[in-house]
Amino acid sequence: MRVRLSVNGASQEHEVEPRLLLVHYLREVVGLTGTNVGCDTSSCGACTVLMDGESIKSCTVLAVQADGTEITTIEGMAQDGAMHPIQEAFREHHALQCGYCTPGMVMAAASLLKEHADLTEAEVREGLEGNLCRCTGYHNIVKAVLAAAGDREALV
Amino acid sequence: MIPVAFDYQRVSSVDEALGLLATHGDEAKLLAGGHSLLPLMKLRLAVPSVLVDVGRLHDLSYVRDAGDHVAIGALTRHRDLETSELLAAQVPILAHVAGQVGDPQVRHRGTIGGSLAHGDPASDLPAVVLALGGTLVARGPGGERTIEARSFFEGFLQTALGPDELLTEIRVPKATIVGAAAVRNGTTGVALVNMGSTPLRASATEAALAAGASIGDAAAVAAEGTEPSGDLNASPDFRRHLATVLVRRALEEAAS
Repeated sequence: MRVRLSVNGASQEHEVEPRLLLVHYLREVVGLTGTNVGCDTSSCGACTVLMDGESIKSCTVLAVQADGTEITTIEGMAQDGAMHPIQEAFREHHALQCGYCTPGMVMAAASLLKEHADLTEAEVREGLEGNLCRCTGYHNIVKAVLAAAGDREALV
Repeated sequence: MIPVAFDYQRVSSVDEALGLLATHGDEAKLLAGGHSLLPLMKLRLAVPSVLVDVGRLHDLSYVRDAGDHVAIGALTRHRDLETSELLAAQVPILAHVAGQVGDPQVRHRGTIGGSLAHGDPASDLPAVVLALGGTLVARGPGGERTIEARSFFEGFLQTALGPDELLTEIRVPKATIVGAAAVRNGTTGVALVNMGSTPLRASATEAALAAGASIGDAAAVAAEGTEPSGDLNASPDFRRHLATVLVRRALEEAAS
């Protein structure tokens, strides 16, 4: 089936098998390998991307379901060579160890910050419940998201 | 994990979906948010030959005040239930529970109709609709019919929906509430998750409450008549114990 969608602002059009998962479409067809496959069972959140601005787990969405939508991956966050404020906050607060969960964490955080005007630490922790960090580096991840939340002007 | 190959049909109307179901029978499965079905297909526990994607039937995504009840379109996402001001005011338990399903990413995709039609006894929304005494509306080749929630869940992943029917609406009475218990017109509905092959009403607890028993005494019989299974997460005995504790907490929360 033919799918047409926007990925990080660029139009994409491909013939795909209906059973192709969105994460595999992004990695193998579009060639954007920043989105990771972790558990492959919609538990860990490593494959989180934005669909029309909302976080989703791309291992549990078919590419054909994304037809006509706007997808944003980690590669779409930096603009004009400058990292997105959430990415900057992750770097500033050392919010990654091995880095495998990081793309998903950043995308989940982007959706969370868009949906909530103010966030407490507890709300950030709950809001990231769909993303697992096997290095257990949650403390700094939460610090980074809170820092990004406090700098909302820069998030736009 | 890759699903077995299937034919994909995206529909733009309920009639179109019903036509495809009539043609393909139980070879076809309806796809809404996909967060119950796709994991099963990836494990190849479900191998439909045709997927009928109803995910863009936006007409079936709504939360409406319908007088004595609230009507919810089957394709309303958990996220939309969680943030619905109408539900927060009229059926707060449903908004609360929808906000507990999975995680934000799952709630951005999963739908109430998909969750109910999947019929998993471990899911939260079926139990809440059961506790509330909700009604489900289905459309099939013969037109529309309503099914009481208490008759809807027939077994593990089995519901009263026929292979040629589509769940279109869920109707829930307006109810003050909290916890896992629903209080309406002075009667209390309590439903249990994962205590058998379907979501169950805690009928012994409900009867005890109706007879004037204290919360403690009513909660103590919450597991009566249930046959929970044991698995990696918990033994049957532990689940029976947990039911009494959680029902007590829910009733205390509802009473406060």
